Amino acid sequence: MHARPIRLAALLALLVTALVLTGGTVSAATASPATQAAASGAAAECALPKPTDDDTISILGRICDRREDPQVPVEGVDVTVEDDAGKVVGEATSGADGTFVVDLPGAAVSLLGKTFTVKINEDSLPEDTEPEVLTRKLPINLDNDVSVTFPIGAAGPGGTGFAAQALQLAVGGLVFSALLAMAALGLSMVFGTTGLTNFAHGELITFGALVALAIDRLPGTISIGGVEVTVIIGVIAAFVLGGAFGWLNDAALWRPLRRRGTGLIAMMIVSIGLSLFLRSVYQYIGGAQSQNYSQYAAVTPWEIGPVLLTPKELLVFLLAMGVLVVTTSLLQFTRIGKATRAVADNPALSSATGINVERVISLVWIGGTALAGLSGALLGLTQGFDYQIGFKILLLVFAAVVLGGLGTIWGAIVGAFIIGLFTELSTLFVPAEFKFVGALLLLIVVLLIRPQGLLGRAQRVG
Amino acid sequence: MPADASDSTTVEVQNETGVDIGAARRALGDVAHEPGSKKPDPIVVADGVRRMFGGLIAVDVEHVEIQRGVITALIGPNGAGKTTFFNLLTGFDRPDAGEWSFNGTSLGKVPAYKVARMGMVRTFQLTKVLSKLTVMENMRVGATGQKGEKLRSAMFAPLWRGQENANTERANGLLERFLLIKKKDDFAGSLSGGQRKLLEMARALMADPELVMLDEPMAGVNPALKQSLLGHVKSLRDEGRSVLFVEHDMDMVRDISDWVIVMAQGKIVAEGPPDAVMADQRVIDAYLGAHHDTDISEEQEEQILAAAEAEIAAKQEEPQ
Amino acid sequence: MDITNLFGFAVQQALGPTAIIYCLAAIGLNIHFGYTGLLNFGQAGFMLVAGYSIGGAVTIFGSSLWVGTVVGLLLCVGLALLLGVPTLRLRADYLAIVTIAAAEIIRQTVGAAAFSDTFGGQDGITDFIPGFRAANPYNGPIDLGIVSWGAYDAWVMTVGWALVAVCCVIVWLLMRSPWGRVLKSIREDENAVRSLGKNVYSYKMQALIIGGVIGGLAGFMTSLRSAAVGPSFFATDVTFFAYTALLIGGAARVLGPVLGAIVFWFLINFFGSFFSQATSGPDPLIPSWIMDSSQASIMRFILVGLGLMLLMIFRPQGILGDRRELAIDAR
Repeated sequence: MHARPIRLAALLALLVTALVLTGGTVSAATASPATQAAASGAAAECALPKPTDDDTISILGRICDRREDPQVPVEGVDVTVEDDAGKVVGEATSGADGTFVVDLPGAAVSLLGKTFTVKINEDSLPEDTEPEVLTRKLPINLDNDVSVTFPIGAAGPGGTGFAAQALQLAVGGLVFSALLAMAALGLSMVFGTTGLTNFAHGELITFGALVALAIDRLPGTISIGGVEVTVIIGVIAAFVLGGAFGWLNDAALWRPLRRRGTGLIAMMIVSIGLSLFLRSVYQYIGGAQSQNYSQYAAVTPWEIGPVLLTPKELLVFLLAMGVLVVTTSLLQFTRIGKATRAVADNPALSSATGINVERVISLVWIGGTALAGLSGALLGLTQGFDYQIGFKILLLVFAAVVLGGLGTIWGAIVGAFIIGLFTELSTLFVPAEFKFVGALLLLIVVLLIRPQGLLGRAQRVG
Repeated sequence: MPADASDSTTVEVQNETGVDIGAARRALGDVAHEPGSKKPDPIVVADGVRRMFGGLIAVDVEHVEIQRGVITALIGPNGAGKTTFFNLLTGFDRPDAGEWSFNGTSLGKVPAYKVARMGMVRTFQLTKVLSKLTVMENMRVGATGQKGEKLRSAMFAPLWRGQENANTERANGLLERFLLIKKKDDFAGSLSGGQRKLLEMARALMADPELVMLDEPMAGVNPALKQSLLGHVKSLRDEGRSVLFVEHDMDMVRDISDWVIVMAQGKIVAEGPPDAVMADQRVIDAYLGAHHDTDISEEQEEQILAAAEAEIAAKQEEPQ
Repeated sequence: MDITNLFGFAVQQALGPTAIIYCLAAIGLNIHFGYTGLLNFGQAGFMLVAGYSIGGAVTIFGSSLWVGTVVGLLLCVGLALLLGVPTLRLRADYLAIVTIAAAEIIRQTVGAAAFSDTFGGQDGITDFIPGFRAANPYNGPIDLGIVSWGAYDAWVMTVGWALVAVCCVIVWLLMRSPWGRVLKSIREDENAVRSLGKNVYSYKMQALIIGGVIGGLAGFMTSLRSAAVGPSFFATDVTFFAYTALLIGGAARVLGPVLGAIVFWFLINFFGSFFSQATSGPDPLIPSWIMDSSQASIMRFILVGLGLMLLMIFRPQGILGDRRELAIDAR
């Protein structure tokens, strides 16, 4: 009985540490370019090129000799870029400032989710140099330009290329994990309180992305004090309208079905119908083409050690983590949160002890869908809108929830972080096109070993 | 056919096979009225069976024997672990520790369906009839060793038709006995609560079990049907089967059981014939609490409240 | 708007090769879901494995379609075992999640660029049916007045409907036997069946394998119909459409999936061409500010989703279902 609180505390501590660490790196992040520039003007010599604000995605790179301080740009190095299939899609040679730019062919949107490999030709390096890395894999997750650095010389504090790459992927994985966790929390809470495995949850995620897009597409912009906040308003609207949409879902469909005593399997099939219906309606409204949000398209990434981080990623991550912390605190400490957990544990008993179960379920739908909507809006912000944006990650959300333990709150979050990090980090070893496959395989393996999930309780049989 | 259902005397009765079925009951006369006492001819023996849920010990039975050929009642207050113990014995749940055997065969890791095939068939507290199958189909499912249930012969009706007819014949007899014959072509889902209990019992008999385990056979049955149900349970014994049942209804326990085992907080606290057990102070304590005759002081009340709150808090921690 | 034409086209499609595919897939699901209560959401995975087997047998190994058929069926058995072992002991929703995940794993793997030399990546495999084409007994198109099919389609339909007939007979024989009775009992309450001495796990596995193999037949028909296989033929929605077909006809009825698939595919095509006609031309029936021609093609999927929901809520027994069974559900 005491093992649980301890394990919980450990998990919590882990999360907090992660938060503090990232918080720490954040402050370092904001500081580092500035201090570097201040310390020596020469450091700016070997800086990344400015991203361009056009429709194509470009790979922006630089090659610097790290043995010198300040770093010295390396000129005349041949660079090739290959796609997933190993086909060369672009070539360049580094200029006098050590930088190179390769424009990727095709529209930005069609490249999302693909991975490109950037190689430098060892023969073209100056004779006395030792490259730390010759190839780097770049997954295209965002619709803006991608930066890459090839340090030359002895290994710096960033460690080997492999470790640096792992770190970079872990950063991307953490951002994705936080979004996944919000979506998973909603699904898990609904399952916990009503027993419904909602296959239309992906469409609740997409709903948020659609709301944010609609606000973004309104004529004109919204500004507060001269700062354009259209996208921020869009994200807030996605959260609020998401909650309203969740209430509508419950009140118009699921509550009447519960009253009728419809079986869980029948409800699951109804949710599939709802998923098909909503997805088609979104396509009807938004079209089949992917679309980008107007703001935050092109920004210069910060450089923290070997890791590159865009302000957008950081903002998304911090917001998601903040919301997660608030939500879990509400569930943990408030009356209604405790009531929610009691209903998830035993609805009949909760009802007998005077908890208004229907009210709790209604709140769970509102809260869960608001979280899903927020997750969708932020996901849309990082990837661009697509009417299938939620449906595409639905299986990963399921994987996260089942991995952590169906119906448990901490399980959903822990599961989401495992799945999110696993998908990104697995690209170190397997081609990026297999990253979802790997996460789903992980789900099946976990079910084999521990069917109730990592934090779930074994179910009573018989 | 079984002895008259109204015959509740303990006089010597001979069944068809000529076995003296009163002997088993008389043999209980020499058994000590102590928890875990040795029986002259046990059909089930359990040792050190323990089952925990989280930190809660649901079942912790040191030693228990169930006598063959008699009706044994398992009673105890709510949450005493009776149903869990039932689940453990029949393979529907796995204990954390312990050994138990049926007819001398250890049932350690034997799955539920094999336990049933060995001749130990159970019913459920919440009746489990197969709603969208007819009453007759429900009965036919109960028969064991059917050739037609094997995939390789299922498609060829001539291979199993003879056996199917024989089973139908037997089912008809049982439905007649359990007063369900008029309902045989109705969906089982359309039966009343009491009729479902009867159907479940009749279906269990299709497997021709040696030991019938009934989990609260009287729960949710209207009083009019209770007497006939009691008669049916007694008729099982008179056919030479052993019966173990869980029950809250004390009248039923007193009326039909030959031996009573009392559980409280997962342990067996008393054993004996019905009258002796009901007079036992330990049993009264178990049901009403040890301090039921003394007033609870304010201080004690607070202690109890604090303990209860701690337990609730601990339970709430669990789902995470 | 040409109503006769609209009906003619829809009927032609409803009896055509694609309807057969949904019909076979739904017959398999009927064994899983209708009779045994197993929620297999990965029927597309079984179809894919079989479809790629006959394609791959010819193009990769240079052997015959017959070898591909045998390999495909064996792989379906293997897939059923692989999915069943971890999940059949668990609650119904776990099987649903694992099967849908497994189908997607398989689809993304065969569609991956890394294996494009073997499986053709997103383009899939083509050029494997000369043998099947050569065996075509029809010389010209079949014309029945308002409906007509080309010689190749007619050949595919002959094989397809024959398979459907065989499957229906097998399902009928199985489900009237005591074996089928055990499956239906498991659907109602598996613990009750366990308490009566039946090995529930083994029965579920048998049901999963048989339904999966019939899903494999649907996969064969997919690759024969298109003379090609690709990952996009086996998306998750294919499984959901098969469920819709099954529920329209009536689950746990031998002919339910057959009728359901015909009605389903009729409606899809009827609405498809209805909305496309209603939005085309210089003066469309539906003004273009409400619906343009690309939105018209989406309307039928909106209706499928809506239809599946309403069907499950208001008439879960489908067309052929038994009203008495519904009365029990209402209790």
